Amino acid sequence: MRSRSFLTGFLLAAGSAVGTVLYRRRAARRRESVQLYFGDGSMISLTEGSPEAEHLLGPARELLATARR
Amino acid sequence: MLASDPMATAQALADLTEISSQIQSAVVFDREGTVLASTVDDERAGLLASTALELLRGAEEQGAADKEVVQLDVTLQDGSVFVVRDGDRVIAATTTTEPTAGLVFYDLKSCLRGLGQEQEKPKPKRAPAKRAAKKKNDAES
Repeated sequence: MRSRSFLTGFLLAAGSAVGTVLYRRRAARRRESVQLYFGDGSMISLTEGSPEAEHLLGPARELLATARR
Repeated sequence: MLASDPMATAQALADLTEISSQIQSAVVFDREGTVLASTVDDERAGLLASTALELLRGAEEQGAADKEVVQLDVTLQDGSVFVVRDGDRVIAATTTTEPTAGLVFYDLKSCLRGLGQEQEKPKPKRAPAKRAAKKKNDAES
């Protein structure tokens, strides 16, 4: 009886952990972001919320909307 | 001013959208924003080119003064925007959500390079005018 409840608890904990990881991964993937690649091979990644990213996300949203009009 | 063959550019874009199922629309333009070819109508193509130029200029402000942005991608909730520059030519494209960025960049660069090669192809030289040379010889003799 005791081992059964332990197993149930373990499975619930493992399932929650996997669910959290998957949810966070999906949420991270859905975040709006900008990747800039320079001629010297360097790269900058800007995520939504930062003023630099917002400066570029606006024209990008406009571009996507125009293309799909 | 770019000397471009509109047919070749349009064909290159048609090939691009055929090869890549992720690319929904694309426009090729020069650094001044003059549209060379597009998969959308002229009015939207002009708007896309000017907005992509605005995006590119905004991106340049993020790096050091001597650094040039050669490509960028913007991930949005309902799709992505890609811009690639090769010399004087720029290509901007929109894609479906969660595209394979590496593949899209590869396809866009291939398209731009293809256009460059198309324009670098030497025109076939005309054979020397035999008749004119013969006439000249006849006149001299």
